[in-house]
Amino acid sequence: MVELALPKNSRVQKGQHHPAPAGAKKVKTFKVYRYDPEGTENPRWDTYDVDVEACGPMVLDALIYIKNTMDPTLAFRRSCREGVCGSCAMNIGGRNTLACTHGWEEVPGQTCTISPLPHMPVIKDLVPDMTLFYAQYASIEPWLHTKTPEPQGEWLQTPADREKLDGLYECILCACCSTSCPSYWWNGDKYLGPAALLHAYRWLIDSRDEATGERLDDLEDPFKLYRCHTIMNCAQVCPKGLNPAKAIAEVKKMLVDRVV
Amino acid sequence: MSDVSKTIRARPTSPHVQVWRWHLTAITSIMHRITGVALYGGTLILAGWTIALAFGPEAYATYMGLLGSPLGKLVMFGLSFAVFFHLAKGVQHLIWDTGLALKVRAANAGAVATLAFALVATVVVWIIAAMTGAL
Repeated sequence: MVELALPKNSRVQKGQHHPAPAGAKKVKTFKVYRYDPEGTENPRWDTYDVDVEACGPMVLDALIYIKNTMDPTLAFRRSCREGVCGSCAMNIGGRNTLACTHGWEEVPGQTCTISPLPHMPVIKDLVPDMTLFYAQYASIEPWLHTKTPEPQGEWLQTPADREKLDGLYECILCACCSTSCPSYWWNGDKYLGPAALLHAYRWLIDSRDEATGERLDDLEDPFKLYRCHTIMNCAQVCPKGLNPAKAIAEVKKMLVDRVV
Repeated sequence: MSDVSKTIRARPTSPHVQVWRWHLTAITSIMHRITGVALYGGTLILAGWTIALAFGPEAYATYMGLLGSPLGKLVMFGLSFAVFFHLAKGVQHLIWDTGLALKVRAANAGAVATLAFALVATVVVWIIAAMTGAL
C-alpha cells in the first residue's frame, strides 16, 4: 500500500547537536538518523560537526570518527570497508550506497544526511532489520537444482555460458537496490524486490540448472515479479554497478517466450 | 544477568520519500502514472463533447465555450501534454520490454527524450492550433 507519510512512531524529531572539537579547521556537518530501542522517544536527527581533516575520505570514516571521538552510542553495521561485504549499506545524501566506498565530498550540499536503508524496520540508529530481505532471497532457492545424476567431477559449463552470469554473480546482497524501489516500499511483503529477482535470473540462465520451469512457475505472480514498473532506482543506486531492472526484464521475457 | 523481560517496542519505519533524492527515471516513471490517470479524465471530457454534440447546437456551443475559457484551455493544454508524455514514455516501456536500452545511461537518455518530445509536441500542436484559428 502506498503510504507516503511515516507512521506516528517513525516521525523523525529534531535531535542533539554535537559541535566540532576545538581547533578544527575544516568542518562538515553530518545529519544522522538516531533511534534508541530502549528509550521511549521517536527517532531523531542528530547533527555532528566533524573535523574532516582528522578523518578519512569515506562516509564510513566519518561515522567511525563520530563513534570514536564524539558519540560512542552511535550504532551502524560495517565490516570489510572495501565494498565487498555489503554491511554498511545506508541512505547517504538521499541515495542508497555503501558508506565505505562513498566519499563524503561526493555528497552534494553543506550537510551530509545519513539514514538507514529506506522503508525498513529500524533496530537501532542505522541498523535495519533485514529478516524479510533475506527470507525473500532464500525463497528463490539460490542454489543449483539438478535432476540428472551427478557427474564424476564438476558440473561443466562453456565459457560462453559462464559469461552469462557476469553482472549477476557480483551481487553482495547489500539491499541498496531493493530498499531504493518504491514498489518494494509499498509492497515489500509480496513483491520480491530487485535483489532477489536479480538472483532468480542468475539461476534461471545458469546452463547447469535444471529447474528453469519450476523457477518460472514460482515467479509468475502479479506481485512477486510484476510489481516491477521499471522505475530504475535499483540500477541507479547499485554500488556494484549491476542492473537488477535489466535482469527483471529478462525474466519477464522468459515468461513470455515460453507461452508464444 | 541483563534484563531480558523488557518488552521491545514496535520498530519504526526508516524514512523513504522523506529523504530520497530523485533520479530522472523515477520522476518520469511517476509522471507516466499521473498522466495515465489524467487521460482517464480527458476521456470523460471527450465523451462529454460527443454528448454535447448529440444534444444539439446550443449544448455544443455551451460545451465549446467551457473548453474555450481560460481554465478550459489550461486543462486542454495539460491534457495535450499528458497525451504526448504518456505516449513517449509508453514507447520507452515497449523498448524496455524487448530487453533493450535498460542500461542506466540509456534509461536516463530515454527519460530526457520523453520529456523533450512531450514538451515540443505540445507546443507545436498549440502553435498549429493558434495559426489555424482553432483557439
